[in-house]
Amino acid sequence: MSSSVAGTVSPTRQAMRRFRRDRSARIGLVLVTLLIVIAAAAPLLVRLAGQDATTYHIDLLDPARGNAPRGPVGGASGTHWFGVEPLTGRDLFAITVLGLRTSLFIAVVVTLITTVVGTLAGISAAYFGGWYDAVLSRLLDFLFGFPQLVFMIALGIVVPARFPRWLLLILVLSLFGWAGLARLIRNQARSLVAREFVEAARSVGSSGWMVITRELLPNLIGPVLVVATLAIPGYIGAEAALSFLGVGVPPPTPSLGRSISDSIAWVYTGADPWFLLFPGTMLFFAVLGFTLLGDGVRDAFDVRLRRTS
Amino acid sequence: MPGLVWFVTRRLAAALIVMLALSLAVYLIFYAIPADPAHLACGKPCTPDRLEQARHFMQLDQSTLQQYLNFLKGIVAGRTFGDGAAAVQCNAPCFGYSFPLARPVTTLIFDRLPVTASIALGAAVLWLVLGVSLGVIAALNRGRLADRLAIGVALLGVSTPSFLLGLLAILVVGLCLHLVPLSGDVPLTESPVDWAWHLITPWIVLAILSAASYIRLTRSQMLEELNLDYITTARAKGAGEARVVLTHGLRGVLVPVITLFGLDLGALLGGAILTEKVFSMQGLGDLLITAVGQLDVAVVVGVTLFSAFLIILANLVVDIVHGVLDPRVSHG
Repeated sequence: MSSSVAGTVSPTRQAMRRFRRDRSARIGLVLVTLLIVIAAAAPLLVRLAGQDATTYHIDLLDPARGNAPRGPVGGASGTHWFGVEPLTGRDLFAITVLGLRTSLFIAVVVTLITTVVGTLAGISAAYFGGWYDAVLSRLLDFLFGFPQLVFMIALGIVVPARFPRWLLLILVLSLFGWAGLARLIRNQARSLVAREFVEAARSVGSSGWMVITRELLPNLIGPVLVVATLAIPGYIGAEAALSFLGVGVPPPTPSLGRSISDSIAWVYTGADPWFLLFPGTMLFFAVLGFTLLGDGVRDAFDVRLRRTS
Repeated sequence: MPGLVWFVTRRLAAALIVMLALSLAVYLIFYAIPADPAHLACGKPCTPDRLEQARHFMQLDQSTLQQYLNFLKGIVAGRTFGDGAAAVQCNAPCFGYSFPLARPVTTLIFDRLPVTASIALGAAVLWLVLGVSLGVIAALNRGRLADRLAIGVALLGVSTPSFLLGLLAILVVGLCLHLVPLSGDVPLTESPVDWAWHLITPWIVLAILSAASYIRLTRSQMLEELNLDYITTARAKGAGEARVVLTHGLRGVLVPVITLFGLDLGALLGGAILTEKVFSMQGLGDLLITAVGQLDVAVVVGVTLFSAFLIILANLVVDIVHGVLDPRVSHG
């Protein structure tokens, strides 16, 4: 692209152009689209397969092998596309796609919350500065070094059992999640605050809110978008990790992390590795897809994501 | 040097304040628990009389603030529950006493800590070495096969949750190839070779995963560094390429790497907890999860605060190393 063209095309348009030329970003986009369609249509897909995630099929299990599924590939067949779960005989296809739905739902909601909170906190800290900025920076330092997983597990003891776990998961992940974005946006916004156009807006009497929403925010869309996309795989992984440790989404709601945790015994004995491979592959593709997409968005917007200040 | 001493003192004071604030917050949060620990301890039938006795013995009849102060005092000087023949002694540093397990929390933690610490430390060493060296190799071979391989490994590492990679490793390395033991742990003091042999898979699994971001960081930092004027000067003065890269280039890389490492300490502990579950090792994570299931608040608070203190201390060390490596930090 020659420089004369670059001068006339808007930065967003340029970013789109770069994104389209990036092969791994395109793969990421296809994967993510596919995953979102699967997750959104999961109940429909499960009904299409004529299955559900809760019915036991004891007849498909082999008591001689510790109730592992009969037949190769974890008992996969025309009726049970991914085979069945050992010990219960529940349909593994239903568990996997509904588990993906759970994962993506939690990850997307947490990303929305943390993006809004992180952006507002970061911009306001940069704009107002002073003690507000100092306190916020300390808080961010603290959240970064905090043993989050330990705290998330420990919280399980305080929150009453009737409080829905998926909501708790969203709240806890959000509590720790906004810090990264807030730090990045604060640093980027600080260099903007000193620029002439912000000075100009202030001098004609724009209120703080106006400067933040009309002047600063439009210039920060790139980094916000990049961090939000790159955050999703992190939350997918975090949700799966908590469910894997048994402190995430409780049964009977399907969860990829819990299925993977349940599969440990079957992996160790080698009796049914397919119980790991189907949910595991789904989780892998979910994280990979969003990571590729996020990397593509980052390269397209040419944002430097230095976590250090 | 006086600058450095002042810097260390300031950081030490800041760390102490953070620890105090954190412990108060954690204490207040966890003592809002709906289940009454005394009720769980008093047994059946639980008469009001016995419940009151249990409360008094566990020092739960005091105000929350008083309990918190007792807790702090316990860390510094130890504490005693009850009196006479039935008294329970909890020596300093006392992170609480688990009545269901009838053991001081500190003892419980130190029983389990070696497992978690072995995983975390080994993996950290491996991932720093792996991450930095692969990053340098990638930067020096920019665009060539080695670069693409390193970036591929990094992408794979970023995209695979640690527990998934661990289970796959068990499946492939343990079950199919029969190369390494699948689970369990051997204390370092018993047999260092067996200890390392049992830990090698967890280390590699956790290291590959976290090395990813270090490969990326080192690569981009090195590329930037090698374009700077002083590198050109060093080359012009006839320094060998190895010397240019290893002494000059690497110095610029180390500072951001150490900063990132400081931020990752919490994640390192979390990764170790996940890894110990995958490989069926009885570490801190297992202690904590079991305690949550049994509503053992003392252990939950103790483990949470202990690990938070550990992270703050480790961060302090990272900060000081940072200050020594990059004098701008301590003077700024």
